[in-house]
Amino acid sequence: MTTRTDSPAPGDTDEAGSWTARLRSRIVGLVPAGQALPDRQPVYLASWIYVFGVLTLSALAVVILSGGILAIGGAAWWHVSSLGLFVNSLHLWSVELFFGFMVIHLWGKFWMAAWRGGRAMTWITGMVLFLASIGTAFTGYLSQANFASQWISAEAKDGINSIGVGAFFNVLNPGQMLLWHVVLLPFGVGALTVIHVILVRRHGVVPPIDAADPSTDKEA
Amino acid sequence: MTTAQGTQSRASTRRDKTPDSHDFPTRSYDLVKEFTIALVVVIVLTGGLAAIFSSPDEKSITMSTWAKEAPNDLIATATSELAGTSTSATYGAPYNTASDGQKIGPLSLQKWGGVRIPVDSAGLVLGPLAGVSGDSTLTSALATWKSATADQQTKWATDYSDALSKAPDGDPAKVATGEYGPVPDISTGLLTLAKTGGLEGILTSSGNFYGGDQTQSLLLLSDGAYLEDQARARNLGGDQWGMMNETGNYPGQPWMWLYTFWYQIPPFSTSDNADAQVWGLMMLLTLLLMFVPFIPGLRSIPRFIPIHRLVWRNYYRRAARR
Amino acid sequence: MSTLSIVTESAGRYVHWGVVLISVTNLLIIAAMVVVFVLALVVPFGSGHEQATDQERREP
Repeated sequence: MTTRTDSPAPGDTDEAGSWTARLRSRIVGLVPAGQALPDRQPVYLASWIYVFGVLTLSALAVVILSGGILAIGGAAWWHVSSLGLFVNSLHLWSVELFFGFMVIHLWGKFWMAAWRGGRAMTWITGMVLFLASIGTAFTGYLSQANFASQWISAEAKDGINSIGVGAFFNVLNPGQMLLWHVVLLPFGVGALTVIHVILVRRHGVVPPIDAADPSTDKEA
Repeated sequence: MTTAQGTQSRASTRRDKTPDSHDFPTRSYDLVKEFTIALVVVIVLTGGLAAIFSSPDEKSITMSTWAKEAPNDLIATATSELAGTSTSATYGAPYNTASDGQKIGPLSLQKWGGVRIPVDSAGLVLGPLAGVSGDSTLTSALATWKSATADQQTKWATDYSDALSKAPDGDPAKVATGEYGPVPDISTGLLTLAKTGGLEGILTSSGNFYGGDQTQSLLLLSDGAYLEDQARARNLGGDQWGMMNETGNYPGQPWMWLYTFWYQIPPFSTSDNADAQVWGLMMLLTLLLMFVPFIPGLRSIPRFIPIHRLVWRNYYRRAARR
Repeated sequence: MSTLSIVTESAGRYVHWGVVLISVTNLLIIAAMVVVFVLALVVPFGSGHEQATDQERREP
């Protein structure tokens, strides 16, 4: 029995209408070849401001990891265990770092007008991520099952009810809020983060404002 | 569908002369090493901050605590539920139709949400008490209440509510004599039940065992003054920038600064529609920031305030030398 | 009131200045973020990344 050892190149297929081939092309075409994890970067990337994206991403990883450990113990664990309280502290402080780094990242990107060159969707997904993160933190505060949750829910209900959303999103219902916090919103934040990072790799890091186009420069 | 190489030009405007980043000279850079270092830095920072500062966990206010620390407030709250004058009784959607609720201009967004979480405020008091046995005073008070007309019920409860507010300290023992019907006994009954520690359980789990939805308990608690008093003592009130704050000296939510700011100043600080209006304003500002790439003027701010010249100073210096 | 006061309470330390009421902790966090942002802009990046010996390449 013979086996084909060469795999077909993208686009090189008998089934031009094949959903599989089309999906594969789409995935491969998302990012220029070699740019998904490049080991070179444009020379104008020479500032510490550029590390705040990756710091935000790292902080998000620690948020999710510490949240996962909290989930292992269950919703009431951190109230009755000193280890649980420490993990809760990890979760709180990684969230504070996450927001701190994210906002500095936002400041940097604004002052660099990083939406230029077809990067509007990168900017927009970043903004939506900011909002989704606030929402995720909010449901987290509601899930603490302590005095803070009581007060925050009592106050927040007025804001959310005032725009008619409280009929569907009940901040006084910890069962609903915890599931939004642990399942729905992290999934949304995670998916948006993936899209945001793909867009960065797709378009490349934005060149300086008023940079001359190197492709029209004469070779030195 | 664009090819992998030509990804930047399609969405550019005519004015946007941003070159393709892939055309620039490059240098080697280790992204995975950078991420690893960043991760280690964040883990160390997080671990250090958590070990040094920990995190807050102020215990919930139980109905029993409320009953013991502020019994007059609980009595007054129970009375207002029976009178239909409590915050929840006069709220509107999503709990009832007692009010149209807040608007932004002519838009009744609160009402449009509908009554999808129906709550009977008097039921917050009468419901839990219905199961109490062995208290003949309470049982006959409940029977008297039930057999009275709605108008009579409202009159008793409203009169008692007024009398409580005029009594020194709101103390039921010092209330002026008057026709209050069974209301004083019913309120006292709720206070007694609260002191046993069973009240929030009855409101949440009775009939379904598992509970998980604290709507009724939280509405009853927030109809009183005790919860808010405790919150205001910790600078958590709405007009104290409370949205940004946390109990004690713990870090709060600094990113909420602009949302809570509007509540501190007129016209929002005195508006009945403050919540809806602040939401509307923040939504507008958010959309402005989100769509800044498309807004002439706003998108040029980085040009007018050239902080970017610091970021790219090496590039600009080398480009000038050429 | 226009004078700045730092109020120490059992419920946490707050700074009160006019309409602004902010916890000392939050104020420190925001101040630290601004300092870090400024440092990120002005502190030179990398050792040797900008030296002429580093190979610059244009992608073909």
